[in-house]
Amino acid sequence: MSDSDASSPSAAPARNYLNFATTAKSWLLTLDHKRIGLLYLISIAFFFLVGGFGASLVRLELLTPDGNLLSAESYNKMFTMHGVIMIFFFLIPAGPGVLGNFVLPLMIGAKDVAFPRLNLASWYVYMTGASFGVAALILGGVDTGWTFYTPYSSTYANSQVILTGLGAFIAGFASILTGLNFIVTIHKLRAPGLSWFRMPLFVWAMYATSIVVMLGTPVIAITLVLILLERGLGLAIFDPALGGDPVLFQHLFWFYSHPAVYIMILPGFGIISELISCFSRKRIFGYGFVAFSSMAIALIGFFVWGHHMFVSSQSVYAGLIFSFLSFLIAVPTAVKIFNWTATLYKGAIVFRTPMIYALGFLGLFLIGGLTGLFLSSMGLDVHLHDTYFVVAHFHYVMVGGMVMAFLGGLHFWWPKMTGRMYFQGWAIVTAIVIFVGFNLTFFPQFLLGYLGMPRRYHVYPSEFQILHVLSSAGASILGGGFLMLYIYLPLSLFIGRKAPRNPWPATGLEWEVAESPPSPHNFETTPVVTEEAYNYAHKDHAFFEQDIVDILPEEDENV
Amino acid sequence: MSDAHSSPYLHHHFDTLEQQRQASSLGMWVFIAQEIMFFGGLFLAYTYYRALYPEAFAVGSSLLSLGWGGFNTVVLICSSLTVALSVHAAQVGNKNGIMRYIVATMFLGVIFLGVKYIEYHAKFDHNLVPGRNFQFEPHDAHAHTAPVEFELPALVASAQAQVPQMAMPAMDGEALHAEEEHGELSFDPRHLQIFFSLYFAMTGMHALHMIIGIGLMFWLLRLAGTNRFAPEYYTPVELFGLYWHFVDIIWIFLFPLLYLI
Ligand code: HEM
Ligand SMILES: [Cu+2]
Repeated sequence: MSDSDASSPSAAPARNYLNFATTAKSWLLTLDHKRIGLLYLISIAFFFLVGGFGASLVRLELLTPDGNLLSAESYNKMFTMHGVIMIFFFLIPAGPGVLGNFVLPLMIGAKDVAFPRLNLASWYVYMTGASFGVAALILGGVDTGWTFYTPYSSTYANSQVILTGLGAFIAGFASILTGLNFIVTIHKLRAPGLSWFRMPLFVWAMYATSIVVMLGTPVIAITLVLILLERGLGLAIFDPALGGDPVLFQHLFWFYSHPAVYIMILPGFGIISELISCFSRKRIFGYGFVAFSSMAIALIGFFVWGHHMFVSSQSVYAGLIFSFLSFLIAVPTAVKIFNWTATLYKGAIVFRTPMIYALGFLGLFLIGGLTGLFLSSMGLDVHLHDTYFVVAHFHYVMVGGMVMAFLGGLHFWWPKMTGRMYFQGWAIVTAIVIFVGFNLTFFPQFLLGYLGMPRRYHVYPSEFQILHVLSSAGASILGGGFLMLYIYLPLSLFIGRKAPRNPWPATGLEWEVAESPPSPHNFETTPVVTEEAYNYAHKDHAFFEQDIVDILPEEDENV
Repeated sequence: MSDAHSSPYLHHHFDTLEQQRQASSLGMWVFIAQEIMFFGGLFLAYTYYRALYPEAFAVGSSLLSLGWGGFNTVVLICSSLTVALSVHAAQVGNKNGIMRYIVATMFLGVIFLGVKYIEYHAKFDHNLVPGRNFQFEPHDAHAHTAPVEFELPALVASAQAQVPQMAMPAMDGEALHAEEEHGELSFDPRHLQIFFSLYFAMTGMHALHMIIGIGLMFWLLRLAGTNRFAPEYYTPVELFGLYWHFVDIIWIFLFPLLYLI
């Protein structure tokens, strides 16, 4: 603010959080939430590649009905590696670790999160956990599936269950540290004037996410400890031969892992609220409903886990209740979808890359959510359970929903994070490639599952081949789309145009007050908030004077 | 405000000491909520298996040493007192008081762990550690030498008397077979392994928390020794007190569940 217009090319580069210190030590020991966010970004980007590699081999194997690329054992290890990495080392840290860390303190006008040292510790803990995962991979892999069902994992599996379990256990503490930090930060560090109902919806979403993290993650932690004790030290907990009950394991596992799907998607909901509002140039429709639906989802999300166990000898009456509650949780979810749609209505919609992802999210997440209701219907689930229908369902929510939202958010805040614009043309093309590739990959899987193709098999009857080939073809398009991100986003750091403070122009302290990139302590003076969030009515509608539809940077920007 | 800014205890991203204190304290409470869920998983497993195998659990419980368990309960309650006294000393700025009571708490913590060691050791001696060497020998009672261990056959008998000899619906063919083999046993000795597994898992996790607590107390001693606390700033002592009380409370639940009922 002090230093006039950062976007003017002649000004000497202002002191910001990226350039004020550049040594490796200043990165590895940083306490700055923004740098920690970037550390997380680099790490999860790496693990997304590794996890994606596993997926590619799975899809390659499934091109033909016989197992001619991978043996049954290596196939099991591949899908396990894919699932474990994507869930524990990519998607769970993606929302809070990257975008949460970077934007949350900026959004609420804080200089940092409440406990910066714990925040850095969180990244190291995450890296330690992930290293255990990688070690497990190098030492032969693990074949239990990401669900670690007992007694296979605790007694019979002949692979690196202990290392992988430790990895997931440790990574859990990284989530816990982040969640703890966010809860306290949101309670105690909001800028003057920023009352709870003036907070951006992303902050509400992160608050709900953090609550789920704090109450859910410890349960998976103790569950993994029990498996490790049983496998490593020979304790008897889940072993049916000694009277142990594997179904108890499933209850404990899903008590965390259903809420965990909300740990993954809730940050996405928050991102989408920001994007839809900004690119419709309109205050979000029904702010309070959107905020409270996040809290409702966080709460109800703890009481639906049994819908994963309809056919695991769970009592039918318990099943009925779990089924009912799963339908109930669709209500706040639908509230969100309706409110986003209503926000679009009569909005001045602007198709920028983040908005393309947001619109893609709306359609894909809708399909993901509705098919969740198919699966929550007890009778239907007997047919669909453990088939490709489930695989398609959760990819529609996790990839079609969260990954799309994450990429939308990443493009939205990229100028703020890096101080550079990405190339709008490439980005839009990539978003569309991803959308098309995604649907081609996963829509056939609904059909496959409905027709009876079970999940986790590497051979299948030849009548399924056509659909599998379609899916694999889609996967290569999807993979190509993701790879493009790895090319143009890093490239934009070097030759992208310098980003102005508020390129979209969006509301919110991170856009209106903080520079791009922000100064080390975010704000020179603590901002004071005087209005509600998303006050687009008073924003400049003569949008994009400095339009950025160009594919390549202008000459003069590089001088 | 301006003088608060100059306080050496204030981190740059807080405006006032009060805000900083509230943040730390909220953080600790959230952490404790998380801990409750962690132990909650264990308590759930315990409750479930106890309901499934009441006889085995009653016998298992009677095999634990009530004397040592009770002794440890008293030790921990005393340590709660000493830790509370150290917080009080911090409030009034009594540096020596802080250090004295922290050392006392550490001492009590170490005693607790020492007793746990004795108890664990006895379980190893009597082959009551789950796994391949697990052996339940109701007749082999004279092997028990620990001073506060009770005589086994009497205990098994009394435990059996306590447990109503109900028809056991959960028992499968194999379990019945096991019963025949052991003649007078009213439960499947394999289920005793589950009891002891939970015993080790629950007390082990609890002991781990105590060990971490003792480590934290070294850190507090160093801070106190270098005069880092003052009446307007002693948050670490206070929050450690919360943590230690929490660990004690877990034991207050573990003791009756494992030793008494
Ligand atoms: C409307 C909300 C949702 C409902 C009603 C719902 C329902 C279900 C049901 C019933 C299953 C079990 C299917 C079976 O195994 O037979 C399932 C599986 C799954 N869902 Fe959802 N779901 C919803 C949202 C989500 C979200 C938001 C995510 C992730 C971001 C997600 C991720 C998953 C995953 C990963 C599985 C598979 C677990 C496995 O590996 O077995 N779901 N869902
Ligand atoms: Cu679920």
